[in-house]
Amino acid sequence: MNKNTDSIASADVQATDTLLSVKDVSVHFGGIVALDGVSFDIPSGQIVGLIGPNGAGKTTLFNCISRLYDVNGGDILFRGQSILKSPVHQMSSIGIGRTFQNLALFTNLTVLDNIMIGGHSKGKSDYLSNALHLPWIKREERELRREALEILRFMELENTALQRIGDLPFGVQKRLEIARALLSHPKLLLMDEPAGGLNHNELSLLVNTIRRIRDEFGTTVLLVEHHMGLVMEVSEKVVALSFGRKLAEGPPSAIQQHPDVIEAYLGTGKK
Amino acid sequence: MATDVETRVDPRLTVGAKMPYKWVALFVIIGAVLPFFLQGYATFQGTLIMIYAIAILGLNLLTGFNGQFSLGHSAFYAVGAYTAAILVYHLDWPVYVTIPFGGIVCFVAGFLFGLPALRLEGLYLALATFALGVSVPQILKSSHLEGLTGGVQGLDIFRPKVPSFLVENFGLTMDQWWYMIAFVIMLFMFWIAWNLINSRTGRAMMAIRDNPIAARSMGINASLYKSLTFGVSAFYTGIAGALAAIVIEFVAPDSFTFQLSILLFIGMVVGGTGSIWGAVFGGFFILTVPNFAEEISTGLSYAIFGIILILVIYVMPSGFAGLVNLLRMRVKKMF
Repeated sequence: MNKNTDSIASADVQATDTLLSVKDVSVHFGGIVALDGVSFDIPSGQIVGLIGPNGAGKTTLFNCISRLYDVNGGDILFRGQSILKSPVHQMSSIGIGRTFQNLALFTNLTVLDNIMIGGHSKGKSDYLSNALHLPWIKREERELRREALEILRFMELENTALQRIGDLPFGVQKRLEIARALLSHPKLLLMDEPAGGLNHNELSLLVNTIRRIRDEFGTTVLLVEHHMGLVMEVSEKVVALSFGRKLAEGPPSAIQQHPDVIEAYLGTGKK
Repeated sequence: MATDVETRVDPRLTVGAKMPYKWVALFVIIGAVLPFFLQGYATFQGTLIMIYAIAILGLNLLTGFNGQFSLGHSAFYAVGAYTAAILVYHLDWPVYVTIPFGGIVCFVAGFLFGLPALRLEGLYLALATFALGVSVPQILKSSHLEGLTGGVQGLDIFRPKVPSFLVENFGLTMDQWWYMIAFVIMLFMFWIAWNLINSRTGRAMMAIRDNPIAARSMGINASLYKSLTFGVSAFYTGIAGALAAIVIEFVAPDSFTFQLSILLFIGMVVGGTGSIWGAVFGGFFILTVPNFAEEISTGLSYAIFGIILILVIYVMPSGFAGLVNLLRMRVKKMF
């Protein structure tokens, strides 16, 4: 019965549903205030950009949403439920996936293994049944491998499947970060500076990839990015931070014109 | 729908690899036939090598595959050995039953030790396990436990005789019989390690080793996997300890000093960190090379052992398993 009402509710308000809301979040490290009462909503199905100069608190906020950091005040709601009580390793099964700014792949393993680890939360096989190689785990393993190859194909990287991560160029590793996060089919994908260090061709591929992730997987995307061109091109909503506070939020065109944002980026002065 | 990728899986790299049956069969045949060509003493030494290999494999699961350091595995070896010896000596348990029991006791001990040790990373964990390694021999000697452990004197036990039909039909000696038992147990333990590594569990273990934060973000319960792996590692070492106690028919605290931990660690590195079968070579190395060094010069045996060790590391920086892999690739390229 519960399930029924759930699905009706979600069908009704799908378009304007809020997937994640950050409510008055504050974080301080010792005496340093990293985030100071930041609030904003991420509507379901949108691509949202989070911008701000260095040290604005973007990555801190990111780490709060993926539960690597604890908040000192405020709350973070995902589909209406606070996530602040859940440990990091439950985020993936709740539906929040992420990539890392500085590559955080498992360098000694193959691409395929890395991607399959991204699907860990979907697996059920436990320590003992794996140790004894019980027959039922073969099916799970085969299914996971098939999905991993599918994701690699989606990212146009299937020819790297058996290579060791450490042997691959930076741009490819960046894409693999995304592929790994996709295997758990997150409802919300947090992308931490996906454009960092990419060349021109890789950038245009990335724009395309982000859009396809949203359109084909139905994944909501929160993007932390320095590359203004990318954020403005791909986002439907932009949130600007500076010194731990929210400066502005709105559609990209409005943010670009916003005097406070311009000031934060360029110092005082006019456009 | 097998794609190109699915059909050409490189067993060296990919989790979920097919077992190299040809090599396994060759290994099993050689291992099974060997005691019938060796002298009694060499057969006994072969048994000890396999026992060390089991312990080294246990340490490798922890360090090579999960990235947790331990300098205290002599403690688990001792707990396994004493569990078997006490059960046989005091309670008259059937000897064969005490082997898995020694492993289980160690699993519990390892898991419980692993829980608080979770808070310790890298070098600090090495120190905590070091403390464990140095304290256990003293605890075994302590006068409070003397009634149970036999104190400094240790305990004498006797292993059961070879089943009579094997003596009558094949003329199996005691050494050959216990070689075979150790061999079967070792194969079983290797099979389990292979299964673990090539599964969801193994991937999680290695993910934690390579990048703990990313592993947790991918949904891996790092605390659970780390403490379970600690338990399983101790289980392996406990099985080895119990076997050793029975094969040697004697336990005493001074057989399980901190030096044994270091020896197992050396065996792991020399065999190949992160390799399953390399443990056999590791066991061979730590049993034979110290004796060999002793033969060259009693007074300078450690210096000679040290030199050999440095040479070995120079020739095979990624262990024996790494060297074999390298040679295999070279040969492949030639043809």
